[in-house]
Amino acid sequence: METLKLIGAIIVLLGSIFLFLGALGLVRMPDLFNRIQAGTKASTLGTMLTLLGIILLNPDWTGKLVILILFVLITNPISSHVLARAAHFRKIKLSDKTIIDQLADDGVEEKDDINNSKE
Amino acid sequence: MVDQLLNISAIIILLAVLLSMYRFLKGPTTFDRIASFDTMTISMIGLIGIITYLTERMIYIDVAIVYGLLSFLGVIIISKYKEKSL
Amino acid sequence: MKIKSFFIITIVLFSVWVLLNNSYEPVLLIIGAAVSILIALIFCTKCSVFSQIKLSPKSLFYSIAYLFVFMIELIKSNLDVAIRVISPKLPINPGIVKVKTVLNTELGRMILANSITLTPGTLSVDIRDEYIYVHWINVEGKDIETATNSIVKKFEKYLKEIYG
Repeated sequence: METLKLIGAIIVLLGSIFLFLGALGLVRMPDLFNRIQAGTKASTLGTMLTLLGIILLNPDWTGKLVILILFVLITNPISSHVLARAAHFRKIKLSDKTIIDQLADDGVEEKDDINNSKE
Repeated sequence: MVDQLLNISAIIILLAVLLSMYRFLKGPTTFDRIASFDTMTISMIGLIGIITYLTERMIYIDVAIVYGLLSFLGVIIISKYKEKSL
Repeated sequence: MKIKSFFIITIVLFSVWVLLNNSYEPVLLIIGAAVSILIALIFCTKCSVFSQIKLSPKSLFYSIAYLFVFMIELIKSNLDVAIRVISPKLPINPGIVKVKTVLNTELGRMILANSITLTPGTLSVDIRDEYIYVHWINVEGKDIETATNSIVKKFEKYLKEIYG
């Protein structure tokens, strides 16, 4: 029983380190899209590991924590996707290191803009 | 031993929240602020989980569920608002 | 086709109820089942969201295999991003590329876009018909074939069996 608790605490520590790295990426990355990448991914796995560790520490709370883990796993990519789409639509500047922007080259968003303004 | 490890984890998560707060205050555009808000709330869910274990009160997990729901809704609504700028 | 969607909604609502309550008293189970069926009757007699899932033992097997593949990719992606963040020179080479998918159903494409977001160095930005625009933190090739082979192929094999 004690070893299970120790394993749980170590998993919680691992998750918190991932959360810290995600926040560090948020500060260090040069432009918005790279910030979203670092922030979303690291924080998803970090939160999942932290809650998994809490499940190992106290198995009575398994049901609600499983709901919370599934909720984070489903909603986090959706919110980052909506954010990236809105930012690209508003023409947020990409960093100087960017080598290709196929979405702007295809020009599908401008068509949307014209269609919307007609309505 | 377990409690000390959990305390260390809580401090690391608080540092992560502070770093996101730096980006929140500095961020050049609104979208940077939304992204840092997202990361901050997701980290806070993990912190609430640790606090739940340390205080032995199950009610905090419900708080975390509602908190996650509200943060998801907030990010979606502000992004859609900024996208078409109503 | 509608009846399948109704059953899936009811089962999902009922399992969420059981997980939230965390007890197996008969009274609670009966109340949960009644409320789940009522909500599914009110809101989901016409919806067709889940009618695209194939229900068969083969698709169940592929779902479990997909879950394992997905978890391994998730851990790989986090280690990848963590190494990029820690290293002092910040080795990134970002760009937005276009990939093509063979999935036909909307639900399958949604799951694919979410999986792309959570895997190594990629973030799906927009989706137009069968093309997905992906922000890639380390671009290996600019044309559609190279990007499709290295981003989408590893998931499509499983998702095609589940969603068609």
